[in-house]
Amino acid sequence: MPEFLDDRQAKLNSFRKNVLKKETTSVPHNIPEGIFVQCEGCQTVIYQPKLDELNGVCPNCGYHAKISASKRLALVLDSNSFTEIDSDMTSVNPLSMPDYEKKLETAKTSTLMNEAFISGIGKIEGVKTAIGVLDSAFMMGSMGSVVGEKVTRLIETATKKNLPLIIFSASGGARMQEGILSLMQMVKTSAALAIYHEKKGFFISVLTNPTTGGVAASFASLGDINIAEKSSLIGFAGPRVIKQTIKQDLPEGFQTDDFQLKHGQVDFIIERKMLKSTLAKLLKWHRKDVISK
Amino acid sequence: MMDIQNSAWEIVRLARHPKRPTSKTVIKELFPDFIELHGDRLYGDDPSIIGGISSFLGQPITIIAQEKGTTTEDKIYRNFGMAHPEGYRKALRLMKQAEKYNRPIFCIIDTPGAYPGIGAEERGQAGAIALNLREMSRITVPIIAVVLSEGGSGGALGIGVGDSVAMFENSIYSILSPEGFASILYKDSSKAAEAASLMKLTAADLYQLEIIDAIFMEEGGLHISYQSGFNHLKSFLTQELNRLSQIPQEKLLEKRYLKYRKLGQYHIN
Ligand SMILES: [Zn+2]
Repeated sequence: MPEFLDDRQAKLNSFRKNVLKKETTSVPHNIPEGIFVQCEGCQTVIYQPKLDELNGVCPNCGYHAKISASKRLALVLDSNSFTEIDSDMTSVNPLSMPDYEKKLETAKTSTLMNEAFISGIGKIEGVKTAIGVLDSAFMMGSMGSVVGEKVTRLIETATKKNLPLIIFSASGGARMQEGILSLMQMVKTSAALAIYHEKKGFFISVLTNPTTGGVAASFASLGDINIAEKSSLIGFAGPRVIKQTIKQDLPEGFQTDDFQLKHGQVDFIIERKMLKSTLAKLLKWHRKDVISK
Repeated sequence: MMDIQNSAWEIVRLARHPKRPTSKTVIKELFPDFIELHGDRLYGDDPSIIGGISSFLGQPITIIAQEKGTTTEDKIYRNFGMAHPEGYRKALRLMKQAEKYNRPIFCIIDTPGAYPGIGAEERGQAGAIALNLREMSRITVPIIAVVLSEGGSGGALGIGVGDSVAMFENSIYSILSPEGFASILYKDSSKAAEAASLMKLTAADLYQLEIIDAIFMEEGGLHISYQSGFNHLKSFLTQELNRLSQIPQEKLLEKRYLKYRKLGQYHIN
């Protein structure tokens, strides 16, 4: 993998090690946080390194836990094939919203990312692809000016370089702290996709857990192929808002990946272990030199 | 600070005033020969969005308007202006029709937001709005949009992408309601007035952020008298239709793209 990912992984490991040290000396009888995690699907307690090895898939029930953007890239890209773009772009506080800077700092420290979206050019089984990943650990993967700008630049790069495009979404929606400017990112990204679409670009949108709000209602729903990852919540409005509005309980399985498949909103559901090979197949079938023959 | 707070909240209250005219009144006053066209041809007809054709100064124009309803019965029928996916799909169908016959499109925005309900999710609310954003950015005829009272989030945007966007003086346009914002920021929805002052949701705020191009003054509020405000709208529409119709198609689309492309603030280290 590219250096920056190794670097991040190293920092993350040392961060975890420090947490472990602190936890075990102060409360030795407790399960040290960050080393064991509970599966959201079956509540089984799993050893974190084991879960990492399984790419976040529960060995007991198959539930797909959230994974970081860098982990996602490592999972689908050929090794050493990734060149990141726009990595130095950071958020400002355009509406002077209280505590926004503090929230950004916390997110940067805990994720070691500059913002919620990593983008660049990489290869999947040799096919050069413009690729972007949202990370829900960074302020819920919400889309403010930076995420909107980076997504737009990635689409424009794919258009200019005649590359296929894959975006993994994981987002609670538009970023509240940037108000109406966040909302306008929905238009900006969708308009960039309109031009990409006219130029017959091939866009695979992978909707992962969770994809809702302004991200779902813009670029994430506009794939030539929309894929839902297993164990994902996908929808426009969040379940809490819907429940409050209709004042009744939501049906079992509402807004799950299965729900979206059943209602015709996604092409298929993917398991993480099949992700890379499936993307590679689709990319190869849509290669410009294949299409033109 | 107090003044600003009061004025933003005061505007929210005026925007939601029970006597404030809705889109139906705008249509009645500006487009008396309007013919309504119903249905998305896929699922149904959504009364939250009115669509149709009219003439305006002797030329045909397509109208898309969100309607909140007036009487209690009408409000329920209109679902308080909160559209389902079929509303957005009807809007898109009629916009494509306008494109085919080369007539401009005028959109009236007035919604608390797209409807958050089970049916709306089942029928793909997110996808319907997303598609409108993508398609509206490339429709080859001029699109003019105005926020009449409430521009609620993605639900407003779903018919709100245009070459020229304006707001009435006492209308609001925001990412979510001040109540919703307060319940997230302060964990207390009763602090909506405070939230409103932070959110930058007034016409003046949006003009300053270069998201809108014009503000129509109201002379005391549309609920008291709409004549003067509607006159401003009428002259704006006249002027913009005239201006936009002279721009070559390719240039029009390029300008529309750049209008949204420039929005957002960030720092590059
Ligand atoms: Zn499990």
